[in-house]
Amino acid sequence: MTEPVLAIRDLVVEFDTPDGVVHAVDGVSYEIYPGETLGVVGESGSGKSVTVLSALGLIQMPPGRIVRGEVIYQGRDIIGLPLDELRKIRNKEIAMIFQDPMTSLNPVFTVGNQIAEALTAHNEKMSKDAARAETIGLLEMVGVPNPDRRFDQYPHEYSGGMRQRAMIAMAMANKPSVLIADEPTTALDVTIQAQVLEVMKVAQEETGAATIIITHDLGVVAEMADRIAVMYGGKVVETGTVEQIYHTPRHPYTLGLMMSLPRITGEMKRLLPIPGNPPSLINRPPGCSFHPRCRMSEGRELCRTVVPDLISGAEDHPSACHFREEVADELLREAAATGIAAHGGSLG
Amino acid sequence: MGTFIARRMLYSIPVLVAASMLVFFGMSLVTDPLSQLRLIPNMSQETLQNIIDRKHLDDPIIIQYGFWVRDMIFDGFGNSAIGDNPIWPDLKRAIGNTLQLVLISEAIAVVLAVILGVLSAKKQYSFFDYTTTTISFFGFSVPIFWFALILQALVTTFFLKTGIRLFYTFGQSNLGAANPFLDRIQHMALPIITLAYVNVATYSRYQRASMLEVLHSDYIRTARAKGLSERTVTMKHGLRNALIPIVTVAALNFGGVLGGAVITETIFAWPGMGKFFIDSLIRGEIYTLMAWLMVTAIAVIAMNLIADIIYGWLDPRIRYD
Amino acid sequence: MTDQQVRIDEALEIEATRASLDSVHLEGLEIQSLTQWQLAKRKFLQHRLAMTALIVLTIIFLAALFADWVAPYPFDVPNVPDRSLPPTLEGFHIFGTDKIGRDYFSRTLYGTRTSMYVAFIVASVSTLLGVVVGGIAGYYGGKLDNLLMRLTDLFLTLPFLAILLVLSSFLGAGNPVRVAFILAFLFWTTTARIVRGEFLGLREKEFVEAAKVLGASDNRIIFRHILPNTVGPIIVNATLTVATAILVEAALSFLGFGIQPPFPALGKLISDGQDSLTTQWWLATFPGLTIILIALCINFIGDGLRDALDPRQRVK
Repeated sequence: MTEPVLAIRDLVVEFDTPDGVVHAVDGVSYEIYPGETLGVVGESGSGKSVTVLSALGLIQMPPGRIVRGEVIYQGRDIIGLPLDELRKIRNKEIAMIFQDPMTSLNPVFTVGNQIAEALTAHNEKMSKDAARAETIGLLEMVGVPNPDRRFDQYPHEYSGGMRQRAMIAMAMANKPSVLIADEPTTALDVTIQAQVLEVMKVAQEETGAATIIITHDLGVVAEMADRIAVMYGGKVVETGTVEQIYHTPRHPYTLGLMMSLPRITGEMKRLLPIPGNPPSLINRPPGCSFHPRCRMSEGRELCRTVVPDLISGAEDHPSACHFREEVADELLREAAATGIAAHGGSLG
Repeated sequence: MGTFIARRMLYSIPVLVAASMLVFFGMSLVTDPLSQLRLIPNMSQETLQNIIDRKHLDDPIIIQYGFWVRDMIFDGFGNSAIGDNPIWPDLKRAIGNTLQLVLISEAIAVVLAVILGVLSAKKQYSFFDYTTTTISFFGFSVPIFWFALILQALVTTFFLKTGIRLFYTFGQSNLGAANPFLDRIQHMALPIITLAYVNVATYSRYQRASMLEVLHSDYIRTARAKGLSERTVTMKHGLRNALIPIVTVAALNFGGVLGGAVITETIFAWPGMGKFFIDSLIRGEIYTLMAWLMVTAIAVIAMNLIADIIYGWLDPRIRYD
Repeated sequence: MTDQQVRIDEALEIEATRASLDSVHLEGLEIQSLTQWQLAKRKFLQHRLAMTALIVLTIIFLAALFADWVAPYPFDVPNVPDRSLPPTLEGFHIFGTDKIGRDYFSRTLYGTRTSMYVAFIVASVSTLLGVVVGGIAGYYGGKLDNLLMRLTDLFLTLPFLAILLVLSSFLGAGNPVRVAFILAFLFWTTTARIVRGEFLGLREKEFVEAAKVLGASDNRIIFRHILPNTVGPIIVNATLTVATAILVEAALSFLGFGIQPPFPALGKLISDGQDSLTTQWWLATFPGLTIILIALCINFIGDGLRDALDPRQRVK
């Protein structure tokens, strides 16, 4: 059994706002193993970004605060590390790319300058020329044409896809063990999305980094991930392999997500959204935070009162639902009702 | 960058021309030199006629404008109407005197404001922040002339009580002073403090606001995620962006300041542009006034140009429009 | 599929959806929605400094407005036996008296009334002018925008105070209304710039496109869609204009070029007291402090308004 390269354990993060305390991350735990790609899926407000930002200490505290939890990297907890220790980990060991590459790059410095900065920040002895040469190599790796010329250009002279490639280059510069991509393709055109994902795959192959992809786009996750963690209302509600999540979901929310995907194959009469709205993170529903929108919780006291834990069943497929065994039946029922193919108890 | 500068310079020329027209025709709208002159007691018919000839007052206004422009470019604005004294030498001296005050006070104001603004932004909501905010608010609620008067009163009272002359409250210098350099500084101190105070208040709010906005932006988060030290993040990535608005505002403001220290100079009897202006206004010296207006307009246009260029140099996005 | 099968399927589907919706409980799903104005009002009320300033300012405003009743003494009547008194509670001369016995509290009160009067006229006229010019420039853009902006630039090229002095000296001032209009003549440019900027930005937004597609006329778009969105910055700017107007008017009357006797003016009061600052300090100090207080209050209120009306201010 290999050790995870990064492990988040029971992380709780809150924010003080004029309207009350926002429980953004409510006891989140997941791991990522060397070389794999973990997809973290959820709606806006599910806490997926705040989790990783807190891990790297990139949350503003105040108004945010890390109430408890650990983030274990190389055997030590990086939460609460003094800043100069944390700095050595950022980008060199754990790197991150963000959603909007236009605003994530400093407009007054050249792109090359900013990438080279990532190199020199962690390699004090590197000369300017060496940094430049290596940056040009990185730009080439991510597929930016004319990297020599592009080095001296400013972010506004790059296209959206190119900027994201530059961000990837910046993140991979020091060959980190973990790459975290927070909604990397959300701000891009669909056609560019595919290219950028390709670049990420290449970068991953070259460096062997474990990757966490955070997104709400189920298509992206299907493309890139080996395993998936589904988040809802600040908690992880289900984890599993891509097959498990897509074909045999074991949580009503995941089921709802899968059922709501439009399908190309087969006949579909109507789209099936999950009814209701995401929960308020200030006044959370008692018990299971999904229960107000969950058909299965009807008439069930347990769902309304007790918060379900993320427990693995027989199949090593953890799910946070009191009635996780019933989800399979629910799946069949709903599939029948809507004409979605379901063979042998799993979604086609 | 070069074409950017050239374009901006080319654009300034029509503005200059338009300004000259505005000054001349505007002034002609507001007052009539002839009737102004007739109001002056003890003006002999001869003198009057002399002035009319010199200033071509019986020619159509367009011609007058032409002569005025010619005088402006080739003859240092010509001579004043009433006294028939050359305008330029006095004006030049006034400009020099004002520049002394203004350059120093602007420099102090900008430096102080940047420091205060950056610190306030970094320590938002702290005691320091609230204190500087209150002082700033006070700064732009205070009438400059009142502030100047109070300063004068304080220094005078101090002198009366202790016999020590900390600063001088009037004029530019004392003749025969033992140490002319120190003497000059003692005279300049109060007007500079006055001018600087109001500017520091405004500029530091600007700087704080701009620094706050910058510190919350995504690229600062990226810089931190890269593992850079807080100092590098704030000073290199943050400040470089946050300085842009204030530098441009200061440059623009500076252009106006040549003509804007009127009140301060009057109160401290500093022989600069302000005093020059008030004196000309009281005496009804229209041509001198017009020369003054033109000089200040040129200063503003020049500083606008410089501000544009600085802005283009600081912010690469602007260069390519 | 047979008709029957289709109907069964549909029935199942409707039943499934209805059942799901039934289980939607209200707990944990409260989303309070307030209108924009309610939000703004709430935010403003929470801003303690602005609220305090508003109260203080209202008191001053009312006192000045009803100066004829509030002031213990008339503005300009000498009372030689009580001359040169430092501030004292006796005879209610809380701001002292001058060389010929005029009560300075009353004088300051009357002066405040004039200042506020002028400032409000300036703020309203210049805002109106600025909104019109800026709105036209920002909405129609192109050549019209260019022209109007060059015009405002030209106004800005010449030094503010100097122009004011020239205008008031030659056009004759002294009368508060005249002074107000001269001031408004130069103040509108800032408002115009701001409004133009807002219009330019909002013009590109999708809701304007949507309105156009629905067949809305230009007028309707401007008044119904864009203008309400610019009200925020306009109000903030108008508030700050009031403060600036008071300060500038005081400067003008101080120099002797603005409001002149017989009209009371705070600046004139200060200039009257300027020579005796070291002996009868109260003469120049109190009018000055009054100006500062008023300007401070207005600035705090403006700050509070800005916080309240800015939709982008959110805790991240």
